[in-house]
Amino acid sequence: MSPKRYRRALLPLAAAGIVGLALTGCTGDIAAGDKENTDCSAYDAYGTFEGSPEVSIGGTIQDAEADRLVESWKDFQTCTGITVNYQGTKEFESQISVLAEAGNAPDLGIIPQPGLFNRLVDGGFLKPATKEVEANVDEFWSEDWKGYGTGSDGTFYAAPLMASIKGYVWYSPTEFKDKGYEIPKTLDELNTLTKKIADEGDHKPWCVGLGSGDATGWPGTDWIEDYVLRQAGPDTYDKWVKHEIPFNDPAIVEAFDSVGEIIKNPDYVNGGLGDVASVISTEFGDAGLPILDGTCSLHHQASFYEGFWPEGTKVSSDGDVYAFLLPGTEASDDKVVTGGGEFVGAFKESKEIDAVRAYLSSDTWANNRVKLGGVISANKGLDASVASSELLQDSVKLLQDENTTFRFDGSDLMPGAVGTDSFWKGIVAWVGGQDTKTTVDFIENSWPSS
Amino acid sequence: MSVTPTPIEVATDEKTARRLRRGEELEEQPTKAGRVKKRLTSRGATVVALIIAIVWTIPTFGLFVSSFRPAEEIQSNGWWTIFQNPGFTFDNYSEVLFSASQSSPQLGAYFVNSLAIAIPATVFPLVIACMAAYAFAWIKFKGSNALFILVFALQIIPIQMALLPLLQMFTAVLRPIQAGLHDAIPMIPEQNYLPVWVAHTIFALPLAIFLLHNFIAEIPGEVIEAARVDGATHSQIFFRIVLPLALPAIASFAIFQFLWVWNDLLVALIFSGGTQDVAPLTQRLAELSGTRGQDWQRLTAAAFVSLVVPLIVFFSLQRYFVRGLLAGSTKG
Amino acid sequence: MTSADLIGKILQVVGGLAIFAAVIGLLLFFLDRAPKRGRDYWQLAGFLLPTAVLIIAGLIYPAFRTSLLAFQNNSGEWTLDNFVWMFTQPSTLVTLGNTVIWVILVPLLATSIGLAYAYFIDKARGEKIYKALVFMPMAISFVGAGIIWRFVYDYRGEGREQIGLLNQIVVWFGGAPVQWLQSSPINTFLLIVVMIWIQTGFAMVILSAAIKAVPVEQLEAAQLDGTNGWQRFRNVVLPGIRGSLVVVVTTISIATLKVFDIVRTMTGGNFNTSVVANEMYTQAFRAGEQGRGAALALILFLLVMPIVIYNVRTMRKQREIR
Repeated sequence: MSPKRYRRALLPLAAAGIVGLALTGCTGDIAAGDKENTDCSAYDAYGTFEGSPEVSIGGTIQDAEADRLVESWKDFQTCTGITVNYQGTKEFESQISVLAEAGNAPDLGIIPQPGLFNRLVDGGFLKPATKEVEANVDEFWSEDWKGYGTGSDGTFYAAPLMASIKGYVWYSPTEFKDKGYEIPKTLDELNTLTKKIADEGDHKPWCVGLGSGDATGWPGTDWIEDYVLRQAGPDTYDKWVKHEIPFNDPAIVEAFDSVGEIIKNPDYVNGGLGDVASVISTEFGDAGLPILDGTCSLHHQASFYEGFWPEGTKVSSDGDVYAFLLPGTEASDDKVVTGGGEFVGAFKESKEIDAVRAYLSSDTWANNRVKLGGVISANKGLDASVASSELLQDSVKLLQDENTTFRFDGSDLMPGAVGTDSFWKGIVAWVGGQDTKTTVDFIENSWPSS
Repeated sequence: MSVTPTPIEVATDEKTARRLRRGEELEEQPTKAGRVKKRLTSRGATVVALIIAIVWTIPTFGLFVSSFRPAEEIQSNGWWTIFQNPGFTFDNYSEVLFSASQSSPQLGAYFVNSLAIAIPATVFPLVIACMAAYAFAWIKFKGSNALFILVFALQIIPIQMALLPLLQMFTAVLRPIQAGLHDAIPMIPEQNYLPVWVAHTIFALPLAIFLLHNFIAEIPGEVIEAARVDGATHSQIFFRIVLPLALPAIASFAIFQFLWVWNDLLVALIFSGGTQDVAPLTQRLAELSGTRGQDWQRLTAAAFVSLVVPLIVFFSLQRYFVRGLLAGSTKG
Repeated sequence: MTSADLIGKILQVVGGLAIFAAVIGLLLFFLDRAPKRGRDYWQLAGFLLPTAVLIIAGLIYPAFRTSLLAFQNNSGEWTLDNFVWMFTQPSTLVTLGNTVIWVILVPLLATSIGLAYAYFIDKARGEKIYKALVFMPMAISFVGAGIIWRFVYDYRGEGREQIGLLNQIVVWFGGAPVQWLQSSPINTFLLIVVMIWIQTGFAMVILSAAIKAVPVEQLEAAQLDGTNGWQRFRNVVLPGIRGSLVVVVTTISIATLKVFDIVRTMTGGNFNTSVVANEMYTQAFRAGEQGRGAALALILFLLVMPIVIYNVRTMRKQREIR
């Protein structure tokens, strides 16, 4: 190669390199916490570690929520000397089993669905919970929650982390007050209210959006799950998610039909967004916003939707928007909820990993994290008043209440082929006009045989 | 034609240069060949070309305009209304480039990773594929045809099918090497580029061998024979004759390989581990839209940042396309 | 990122390249000093060794192992359930049909447009700029492309301000906005447009080089025979670039069969837009049904077979001529 030509080939590389350097120059070294200025008494139990060991955590949590997550163990790091590296990616759920199988997984994984958790347990990738973790969970969580972190072999593996409540119906307290609507106590009352709003004629009562990229359809599965749990009861719900009754069981068909009366009804949807077809195309994040401009009255979405309202929206029982829990069939079952949550599974074992696990399952962590805002936990050691909003405080109380019947999001419990694929697809096709029978048969048919 | 490397190279260079020069002259003073050309490309053809160029550019242009608009504007009206809804900001860029919290992109580190992945992952498969292509083209052996066809057919293996077993092998073989490296030189993190390089190299080989073989096989046999008679070994021929002569093809393929690696997401997801130590830009981009996909407008600026390097590479190596990846194999 | 990290990264790249150069250099060095007897075989082995190792370990063995998975269920028993599942799915036919539409339309249109464009701009003023414009999509990742096309296909309800260009055009002409990506079957074609948009640059660049290699003398001769432009294109240029055309069509076809990112990011495979590669990814990675994924991969393999066989036959012919 002649020098001249060689130089020419180098030019683009050099140019690219310079751009790269210019970009990196702008990110700084992050200052470490100062041990002397931190109150370490809460962390004594975890000991101190020499040689600054590192623990890696993977999960789906990103963005501002990831910032807060990292913030929640800042003091822990300073006091114990352990560095915790968190890496959040949207692809975590699809990559983790591959990484685990290849022995390349992070030390800890924040697993957002029990279905995936069970797959990892069955693959033999997870380490059983340590004594400290199990003690924490026995003390701070209910049997239900511990059950979700227990594998099919009866061993307890993973402590729950955060939680969310799914069956909320968002509404505008102002509108309800002005027009004299009452918060419905039963599903029948909800239907009556829906009809009443529709009959008044200035807008359609519900706004619904199922769009969510390649996960489009999941908000619809939440609807179905809420109705199955309320109409058919917790026992049927459990059988349904374990496939002890088929997906096309009459109880499930009933739930589909009840939901369909709302979200497939051109008179009831889609307030402020268009016709029934817009239910599928609207991004779930945008779907509740018409409540603010009065073109929609009711929106079904989990507690996390609080973070989706534009800045300046007053979320409270006398503000711009607030949420009531989707009622049961009887006014007495007002404490039946579906929800979601994460579990911390360990792919490796070491002293420092055990310390981090123990910390994450403690009430100290739960309070630290919830204080930072935006999320809740079902940890009973959590002080409900530290939650960042009225709604979250209500949710915490509900989760900690002994009388609450809590059931995990059904699609998260089903095998991936159903819970993250055919159930979503089925819902999309169903809202798009397919009849209920074809839909439930299709989903039943996709259930893996083993 | 002599077999010593330098004259050959100069010859190629001159030929290219002459052709280029001729091409430019044609526009100004129509020679005979120019007239032939002129009538081929009529006015209608120019119009069609112009339309294609515009249609192909508009989507990207929309992104470009959007990347300078405030998020609320992006969400509420189209980029073509920029004059009715004026709003110009560098916020999107400064946010993706310079902000330092976990929730902001911090593209700098990922940018370096992309470069550090793409350069070796372009060089390795090219060299290895050149050697194989040379062997298939100029070393006669039994079963050469069958083997070559096998390599070609391997293109059809979907990467997804190979991921898991490959990753397991890496864990068994490369992992200890990486750990050892980390112990020896602590500056190099335990998660390093090695697995990503090897994976990209493997997946690039079938196509690279296939394309380079087409070119290398067209090198005049006399040149190689003459060198053999003079007693040159295969490695000497490879370095002194084949590589210089195949340079345009190598450069063309290098551009494609660089782009493919630069834009790859799947291999990175599986083999990089996703940390700032290794993960490339694409991986970061894919995360930017937020946990629930609600912040997609942030991607406008980020997508443009990731576009810069491939365009620099294309513009600076574009002239190699004049002779092209397959210019030698036109006899069909 | 700290400066130490940066130095570490640079060190890795430089070190990696140096070690690679050393290994290859040593390999060739020793080959030259191989025993005289059978030196040709030693050299042959040496030249093919790196490829052989990488391909056997990285492609052949994994593909073989994955194929076996197609005949197993999750607990490792031998079964044909995966295939039964596949063909009892009502959506499978749609998925297969879509894949066939993709693999016919994308190579055909991307290559034709690329060829026409390359021919029209050949030796035109500003050829470089023209080329760069159409090549640009090649330089954009699928993630970026997803965002770009969002600004084209986005839908907002009637009466609201559109942010998708396509719907805005419809509205300008007095139509009602359409939910492009939800409306089957047009949505499949709109996704195909994205792939064509990306691949045309590839076809154009390679074919442009091939066109330039067509001897001017042949064109002149044809002109003297009194042929018109189209005839010259058909009778001189086209035969001259046939080899390149086959390669371009083959490469694009294979890339098309493998593509899943476009479908995945834009519709998630809903609304009858799924293709086999996307289903494979969904089953194997998101649903954790490795066997179903492998079964779909085998189908993909069968779909590519005709392309490979065709190429193998032309290649055979070529090599016989030599």
